[in-house]
Amino acid sequence: MENLGSLAILLAFCVALYATVAGVIGRLKAKPFLVVSARRAAYVTWALMTVASFVLVSALMRGDFRFSYVAEHSNRTMPMLYKFAAWWGGQEGSLLFWSWLLSTYTAVVVFTNPRRHAGMMPWVVAVLTTIQTFFLILNNFIANPFQMLATDGLIVDVKDGNGLSPLLQYPAMAIHPPMLYLGYVGFAVPFAFAIGSLITKQPGDAWIATTRRWTLVTWLFQSTGIMLGAAWAYHVLGWGGYWGWDPVENASLLPWIAGTAFLHSVMMQEKKGMMKVWNIVLISTTFFLCILGTFLTRSGVVQSVHAFARSEIGKYFVSFLAVGIAAVIFLILERLDYLKSEAQLESVVSRESSFLFNNLILLASCFAVLWGTLFPVISEAISGDKISLDADWYNRLMVPIGLFLLLLTGLGPLFAWRRTSLESLRRNFQWPGVASLVFVGALIAAGIRHFYALISFGFCLFVALTVIIEFYKGAHAISLKSNMNLLRATVELTHRNTRRYGGYLVHMGIVLMFIGFTGHAFNIAEVKELNNGDTMRIGKYELRMVNLAQDENANYSWHRATMAVTKNGEFLGTLEPEKRFYKASRQGTSEVGIRQRPNEDLYLNFGGMSDDNQRAVIQAYVFPLVSWIWVGTLVVIFGTLTCLVPSKVKMQYARTEVVGYTRRDAAVQK
Amino acid sequence: MKKYGKFAALIVVVVGTLVWLATAGMKENQTYYKTITELAQMGDKAYGTRVRVGGDVEAGSIKRLGNQTVFVLMQDQSRLTVAYTGSDPLPDTFKDGAQALADGKLGKDGTFQAGKIQAKCASKYEAKPGLKPGEQVPNINTGKS
Repeated sequence: MENLGSLAILLAFCVALYATVAGVIGRLKAKPFLVVSARRAAYVTWALMTVASFVLVSALMRGDFRFSYVAEHSNRTMPMLYKFAAWWGGQEGSLLFWSWLLSTYTAVVVFTNPRRHAGMMPWVVAVLTTIQTFFLILNNFIANPFQMLATDGLIVDVKDGNGLSPLLQYPAMAIHPPMLYLGYVGFAVPFAFAIGSLITKQPGDAWIATTRRWTLVTWLFQSTGIMLGAAWAYHVLGWGGYWGWDPVENASLLPWIAGTAFLHSVMMQEKKGMMKVWNIVLISTTFFLCILGTFLTRSGVVQSVHAFARSEIGKYFVSFLAVGIAAVIFLILERLDYLKSEAQLESVVSRESSFLFNNLILLASCFAVLWGTLFPVISEAISGDKISLDADWYNRLMVPIGLFLLLLTGLGPLFAWRRTSLESLRRNFQWPGVASLVFVGALIAAGIRHFYALISFGFCLFVALTVIIEFYKGAHAISLKSNMNLLRATVELTHRNTRRYGGYLVHMGIVLMFIGFTGHAFNIAEVKELNNGDTMRIGKYELRMVNLAQDENANYSWHRATMAVTKNGEFLGTLEPEKRFYKASRQGTSEVGIRQRPNEDLYLNFGGMSDDNQRAVIQAYVFPLVSWIWVGTLVVIFGTLTCLVPSKVKMQYARTEVVGYTRRDAAVQK
Repeated sequence: MKKYGKFAALIVVVVGTLVWLATAGMKENQTYYKTITELAQMGDKAYGTRVRVGGDVEAGSIKRLGNQTVFVLMQDQSRLTVAYTGSDPLPDTFKDGAQALADGKLGKDGTFQAGKIQAKCASKYEAKPGLKPGEQVPNINTGKS
């Protein structure tokens, strides 16, 4: 089987290379048969990658421990789901997964564009197969998943494998990498279309219209992947946090930030023909950040709790990045004449301006996160000392950035294109503005003094009100005109313009997430060593240990504390924080006890036993409002799915559009 | 062009604020990465400088003393005693043989006072799968039998 797998990826490498060369030559020399053969080669690549992946996955499921990858990442007692998930659990398998996903996306792009964009498509496919070829080089020669365990030239079989760390045997963690990879790999498609459009000097925005859905779906996967990681960190790791600004976390956030900026600025190009150069730069940046992210996670160049082992693979990624960035910069400069704007910025108080500041602040945050992540590398290059920046540094920057973005979320959609009149400003923002100020005043009166929290709550209310008023205005008008109830009218309203109202829903989800983030300012923490029967207090809760037990089973040994929770004298239930020690991997895990409510989470962690092994160390936390982060994520997902639904009404609007270019000066007839 | 003047001014304000925020606290948020040998070579400069020291946790060295956890980090032939005084729980990956990063300052008595500990999974080539028959389940705090 291993020979089949190795042969499949080797053939895939040859075929992908052929696809690139044939596609380019066929396009340049106008040989349509070569172009068609390149398209078919993309399908063949997918078939070969599927065979190779099937070989690896079946080896994992069967427990064929002659494969060194299977021995390292699987074992006999693991549940089936995690045996399958081991496909992406290690370096070689995850790179194979990357390649398989890319080949799938390429095949879909070829399949869904049989005749459209005939001029660009050969280039689009060629870009995708070039990236594919690079990853196949890694799959074949640097990180081959089909290596066998061998001594003295003979293949050996170990009785059982190492298995997946029990920390990762958690459903959210099983799908976290595939979600992120669907994001990382997905950004290659709009990138390929952008490059194709640039090479062929497309006058219009065909590439943006075609890739809008791709980009949105990719962004959705990336967002979901990031939040799955945060949810896992919160529920599994026991420290009660969901984001640590670890380099690998940052690696997933960077393309997300650039992708978000791109999703917004393409609207400027669609509606006003502006930001053409900028959009190409943005989508290229997003794609290269995906490659950088893949590189950071694997090369060991920055210290991280998550990173795979340090390896030589880093230099291949760096070369790919260097060559790719140089090629794109050259291409943009070459084609600058064809990317002239069709309109100009006119007023600070305009939709264009708000998009500009949206992009500015998002890219600033992207740069800040990149700076912080790479600082150890940069400082070592400059001063010889490896210096790292801690989470506080990131938070000091990202909190004001986030708040400014939040404000823009409320202002931007209600600014008019070109210039917003004073009358319109007053009409749209007077009541939400006043209500927010009153609200903040009430919070101050209630004793809250935390500066950023007050601003955050104020902005959250402001944005929420602007969104609700927008929905109400439209739904009310429809319900009057078509004699519907308000709820049906809201659905009808959204259906007529899914992009706009789906976008509002996403913004609403972001507001909810910010409410969750703001709760962090009011966190409480307590630690105590408790005997059976002892109590501890935290916030308004009283916790009493009613049972302390320990035992073991086939997989792990455990210590568990049963804590009775009371609040203001009322008994609320029990929580059972537990500490496990898994025998096979010699790995400890914390099974936290959480009481999740909309206003706050009570979070208990079993820290360990005291030195004399008599008392349990219980860490108790109160996390106000944290559940709104997860609720907000669901709203964002729902909103994005809404955006993807085709609108009932095709919007027509007047705008100038470039339809062609000519070398000769045209005489304008007066 | 005058209208671009307003934009430029706003952009300068926004970017300037961010740069100020970034650089203002940089000194207190910085930690130097050092190996144990490099820390020793720092001499007197080491006391009081915030450093992150990496190494492997020496098997059998993890001890809880009151609300502190004391252990020994080793790298090649160098050893460093570390006392963790932070309030966050120790990561689950922290055990004998694990690669760990201790973030803190070297005290005058030669013990490294760490406020934060990060640990990676123990190297695959050291951990043997499964407990041997008759082997005791390891201690919950130290991970040793």
